[in-house]
Amino acid sequence: MSFNISVSPHIRLPFDAKSIMWVVVLALLFPAAAGVYFFGLPALVLIVFTTLVAVITEAVCQWLAKRPITAADGSAVVTGLLLALILPPTFPLWMAAIGAVFAIGIVKVLFGGLGFNIFNPALAARAFLLASWPVAMTTWIRPFDAVTTATPLFLVNKMHQAAPGYWDLFIGNRAGSLGETSVLAILIGALVLLLTRVIDWPAPAAFIGSVALFSWLLGHDPWFAIMSGGLMIGAFFMATDYVTAPVTTKGRFIFGLGCGIMTVLIRYFGGFPEGVNYSILFMNILTPLIDRYARPKLFGGR
Amino acid sequence: MSTFKRGIHPFGYHKAETAEKAVRELPLPKRVVLPLQQNLGCPNEALVKVGDEVHEGQKIADSAKFVAAPIHAPISGRVTKIEKLPNPCGFDVPAIVIDAGENAPQEARYDGKWSVDELAPEQIRKIVREAGIVGLGGAAFPTHVKLSPPPEKKIGAIIINGCECEPYITADHRIMLERTEDVLYGAKAIAKAVGADRIIIGVEDNKQDAIEKLKYEIRNGSTSSPYQPSREKSRDTKSETNTKLEIQSLKTKYPQGGEKMLIKATLGREVPSGGLALDVGVVVQNVGTAVAVAEAIKLGKPLIDRVVTVTGSGVKEPQNLLVRIGTSFLEIIEHGGGLKDDAAKLIMGGPMMGLAVSSLDLPVVKATTCLLVLSKKEVREYEEQSCIRCGRCIKACPIGLTPNFLADFIKLKDWARVEEYHVADCIECGCCAYVCPSRIYLVQYFKIAKRELQTRKAVCR
Repeated sequence: MSFNISVSPHIRLPFDAKSIMWVVVLALLFPAAAGVYFFGLPALVLIVFTTLVAVITEAVCQWLAKRPITAADGSAVVTGLLLALILPPTFPLWMAAIGAVFAIGIVKVLFGGLGFNIFNPALAARAFLLASWPVAMTTWIRPFDAVTTATPLFLVNKMHQAAPGYWDLFIGNRAGSLGETSVLAILIGALVLLLTRVIDWPAPAAFIGSVALFSWLLGHDPWFAIMSGGLMIGAFFMATDYVTAPVTTKGRFIFGLGCGIMTVLIRYFGGFPEGVNYSILFMNILTPLIDRYARPKLFGGR
Repeated sequence: MSTFKRGIHPFGYHKAETAEKAVRELPLPKRVVLPLQQNLGCPNEALVKVGDEVHEGQKIADSAKFVAAPIHAPISGRVTKIEKLPNPCGFDVPAIVIDAGENAPQEARYDGKWSVDELAPEQIRKIVREAGIVGLGGAAFPTHVKLSPPPEKKIGAIIINGCECEPYITADHRIMLERTEDVLYGAKAIAKAVGADRIIIGVEDNKQDAIEKLKYEIRNGSTSSPYQPSREKSRDTKSETNTKLEIQSLKTKYPQGGEKMLIKATLGREVPSGGLALDVGVVVQNVGTAVAVAEAIKLGKPLIDRVVTVTGSGVKEPQNLLVRIGTSFLEIIEHGGGLKDDAAKLIMGGPMMGLAVSSLDLPVVKATTCLLVLSKKEVREYEEQSCIRCGRCIKACPIGLTPNFLADFIKLKDWARVEEYHVADCIECGCCAYVCPSRIYLVQYFKIAKRELQTRKAVCR
């Protein structure tokens, strides 16, 4: 009889990286469904297409690099899905494809693949698309009738018009990126992630809390500030990205706070109506620094 | 409920399989194998030679070094071999083999019977040392060393460890239920040896029956409850009158039974990084050790047997057995009906910190708390994936380390950083690797790094 020999511990929690990715995918389906409900069939096509391109890109890159093909681990699905959710609902498919290739090929794989990328691939791709096709990236439509319009953030902060009602903002009946509009759907997805402990509270709480607080201090409506733009989806699905945000609870809180402050600065003092995208990318750069200093207190340390 | 920070709740404790099973005595083995090094510290020298007749309880190996514990013959018989044999730690060490032979087993001859009230601290230490007692919770550190704190360290309290936080194991649980009086007696002796006036027994709250039993025994204890020192004594020694005894029910959380975690949970004190329990005025001993101390004092019986939990889905009949040190694993497993066909992994100790061993042809040593046999479907060899920086290891580490970064630095052989990130403080509890979704063998890296840093220091100085 020969026994298996390996180092302790001999039991492991039955919850691996793959399961985590698929829980995130499940959570993302709620805002995705809301997007399809409000913006119709083109939204569905954009979601499926972008996700497919992301997965295929990863498989091709890994095949070219002669590395094990792990495109089925769910992480590329998450990136593709996230990217589609932060694009305008009527965004041209060929541009979305370039975005997905950029996200996976340049931002993720070139930096070493899963676990090694510095920037959130979906957000970096969105910034890239905004710089390349600014008009297509800011062409918004109204829910249901697809009439071209501007986002509430633009109308309120830059044009000084009246904000839509809180109920419309909450359920997502407003113009905006495909998956960012429905606060309700995003909160359901976030609840899934929080209950399965896939994400923890510090980053989203600090992010949303600081945007509300500073908006209020600067004389803006805090409820409008947190329910408009991409704050909700950014706080729950992007600022909680394992790879590009800090690892410790303390660090995640600092990260969220930094994101909130940057968002407020860009929204009220910058040229863009929305700052969630750039604030998270900016804080991604600071992640290694935060990780270095926001470590837990050592047991028995001074 | 008092506890420590972080830690984990293992998925499935598997204690129910054996928790209700009273300890049964395994029939005397015909042959015992006694590695001369059974515990941390220095190896022993054999005091007998091949062909010698020995009787049960006779000292057969000892060392002049302080950090060592002698070994006694667990059975009467004849020494048939002294040679290098495999021991459970994975390498061959010199061992004494005793065969019972056909002769009728000789009566055990134990020398000396004492009462703890009449003994001075120095005498208790001597009895403990001569009885070859080591920590029976699994670390097997010589007990008399722990009972000899340097004079400048005032020991205010002793903690008796009844946590048994590893899944599957119930040996200590049974000891607390079945040997309650001796646990308390041993605790008193240990407290006296180190001059402590406070005794805390820490038990996880998943062992309510043990907590109740201990409390009952203290309240109603038999005529000579060890915690009511006789009147004359109490007038003599102030410390004894004040000896306070308390049972603390602790949160069931792994690794609650780790020495540092237990001190934190019971007294709120943190053993300083790089320090010992002594530094916060505490001595911690396992419940099984307390019973061994009680037996050594009351009966003059050296440490020749211990309770071993035999369990896991790979054995036919999980149970708790009292076995002689040196009994082969095979004999113990066969007593439990043998292995099931799908047995795939044999672990000495628990599933979190135990040692996987390759064969049943190994002897029980003083550190053998449990024989755990896992079946094929429970044994998986994981392929390590890239770290996804989820932070679960950090949230699990009871010491407050960042295992993910440590593993990175170890892979890069950046030893300065490895040291800066406190690998030396790692207690190897396995929480980080247990929760890691990328299945990284974190504990393995830390074991390697600790050894590497020690060697490097030795070379440098």
